[in-house]
Amino acid sequence: MTSLAVTTPQSTQQAVTAAVELRNVSKHFDGVIALRGVSLAFDRGQLSLLLGENGAGKSTLLRLIAGLATATEGSIALFGSTERDKWKCRLGFMPHASLLYDELTGLENLQYFAALYGIRDREFCQRAIAGVGLDPGLQRRVGQYSQGMRQRLSLARAVVHDPDLLLLDEPFSNVDVASAREIAAHLARMRDAGKSVLVVTHQPQVLDGVADEAVFLEAGRVIDRRCWNLEALRAFEEASLGSRVKEVRRL
Amino acid sequence: MPEPQLQSRNTKLFTVFAAFTFVLMSYGMYEALIGAPTERTMGAAQRIFYIHVPSAWVAGMCFGLNFLASLVFLFRRNQPLARRADALAVSAAEVGVVCCTVMLITGPIWARKAWGVWWAWDLRLTTALLLWLIYLAYLMLRRFSSSGNAPLLSAVLAVFAFADVPFVWFAIRFRDYRGNHPKPVFGNGPNQGLHPAILKAFLINLAAFTAFGILLLIVRYTLERARQAMADRRLATALGESSGRAAVAGRELQEVR
Amino acid sequence: MSSLAHITRIGLRKDLRLEWRSKDALNAMIFFGGLIVVIFSFAFEPTQEEARQITGGLIWVAFLFAAVVAMNQTWARELRNQVLDAYCVSPAQPNALFLSKALGNFVFVIILEAVMAPLFVIFYNLRVLGPAWQLVVVALLGTWALVVNGTFFAALSLRTRSRELMLPLILFPICLPAVIAMVEATTNILTGDGSATSWPGVLAAYDLLFTTICLLLFEAVLKTE
Repeated sequence: MTSLAVTTPQSTQQAVTAAVELRNVSKHFDGVIALRGVSLAFDRGQLSLLLGENGAGKSTLLRLIAGLATATEGSIALFGSTERDKWKCRLGFMPHASLLYDELTGLENLQYFAALYGIRDREFCQRAIAGVGLDPGLQRRVGQYSQGMRQRLSLARAVVHDPDLLLLDEPFSNVDVASAREIAAHLARMRDAGKSVLVVTHQPQVLDGVADEAVFLEAGRVIDRRCWNLEALRAFEEASLGSRVKEVRRL
Repeated sequence: MPEPQLQSRNTKLFTVFAAFTFVLMSYGMYEALIGAPTERTMGAAQRIFYIHVPSAWVAGMCFGLNFLASLVFLFRRNQPLARRADALAVSAAEVGVVCCTVMLITGPIWARKAWGVWWAWDLRLTTALLLWLIYLAYLMLRRFSSSGNAPLLSAVLAVFAFADVPFVWFAIRFRDYRGNHPKPVFGNGPNQGLHPAILKAFLINLAAFTAFGILLLIVRYTLERARQAMADRRLATALGESSGRAAVAGRELQEVR
Repeated sequence: MSSLAHITRIGLRKDLRLEWRSKDALNAMIFFGGLIVVIFSFAFEPTQEEARQITGGLIWVAFLFAAVVAMNQTWARELRNQVLDAYCVSPAQPNALFLSKALGNFVFVIILEAVMAPLFVIFYNLRVLGPAWQLVVVALLGTWALVVNGTFFAALSLRTRSRELMLPLILFPICLPAVIAMVEATTNILTGDGSATSWPGVLAAYDLLFTTICLLLFEAVLKTE
């Protein structure tokens, strides 16, 4: 457990503008409320977990930060600016879906997405693929990749432009242990390089020793925020066990 | 906060206007069916013209209004004005479709008598039919999109519809079909042989239909605004219940008014 | 601007490659188009002179129906694995995406026309009386008119509940003036009436205006949720 080395949230770099700052953000779709007045700030150089049950609003929160949806109320600032076009180059997004073309090979996929960020260098893309532990020369199409390989490639896509803020939605679900470790290690390296990482996950154990803090969401609200350590993990496990027991009872 | 006095004055004004429209419409119908002399060559069939032309005029007015409101929406998208513009756009589209339908029904009835056919692919007919189709698509688009998306998507379609009309007009004129549709009898010279009694009946009906169109627009607009306000209120209570943010909810409601 | 051109090119190349590998859109479109030709020839059985008169209409109706199949496909490809989101979070311009999609569809529909036009010639025993090269001009301008609006409204339909159904409902009325122009020009050329010269002008003006409107409004449509 490296939890002792963890800084408390919001203690460091308070003078510098936060990587993400949400002020009183609400979001609803056609009368369904996904987020209710969420105010949160995430510091630079931190790896934060977003935890909560399904439907708690975690994914919606990520989509709002990514700029794929607009908040019904409240404001979102990234690196001190509320103008979306300024963030786009500094933001990496890896949602649950792979965001890859199944009919293209890994390298073709990456070259296309790199071009969207103005990167035209083929070797650069090859190195990025090697960086997540895949073979850049692999001629197989992504449709035939295993889930673990696909997630690795998806990570390579999300970080190809070296973003300062990385958003991940369930990066470890259905992923083999080796790939999950590889991804976790990659996230740790990014955090150590001063990047901010936000991870929505049901498996925080994988990021044990990597994560700095955890934010707990329930029914669209932040209910708790604490350092990620052994206690937090136990609390999480008990809570999820509790909800599972509840589900079983319901059955 | 609502000002009861203002509200009751609005209601009073509305009642007066509605009564005025009713009287005007009744008088117009009397003139159209009984008052005006029977036209020499076409006989009684000509009387449909007192309904046909005014509804065409109101439909045109509504579609123009829809386009303007859509433009306002597109340019002022994130301001309170946008919601008013959207309410006006949807009201105008609906009233426009209704009037256009009246026009498309009365036209062929007259044409059967005058030309011997129900329909001819002439300039005005085709353009009117196309506008009707586009605005039906507009209403369908609204129905098939979520309430958050509908205003923007339909405003976009309205811009396309507006750009389309001159091309239809031009394309059909260009095709060199000799149009059967009578040319407008006003504007070219003083009254150009229109009997003064016919002209009088026509003008009364034009005024009556315009008033009726405006009345429908007001009702539909008020309804749409009420619907918007209700959606906001439902949301505000849902938000308020959960986090006790009554102040925000109140502000939202005020903005709606 | 150079990045607009570059990303458009990259996107177009990607779309052509995807289509080359899956052949979803082309197969469906060409098969559907072929069916329409066969059904029309059963339904009408024209003489050679009649064929000249009606083929202009038939051929464009067939292309329009078949093109709708392709246009729905192109955006479906972006929805699989939600790839569209990757584009939206990137700083690339929305119009580059629109242009690459429209150009891709243009290529597909032109291929369709190249395959289907000979079928019409064979089935209807067509012999063109006017200057045949003008047909190429009309086809290029007319196809762009269909494709630019079709691509735009297909993207717009993505944001509605019944995607595939919505496209023809909106596209057909809006495209009507272009269809009239295409049909008239084609018929004039086929029958050798010769007055086709001004129709391509109408088509060009239509293309110009609607391309501009599409480019102005595409970003707004893409950003709706």
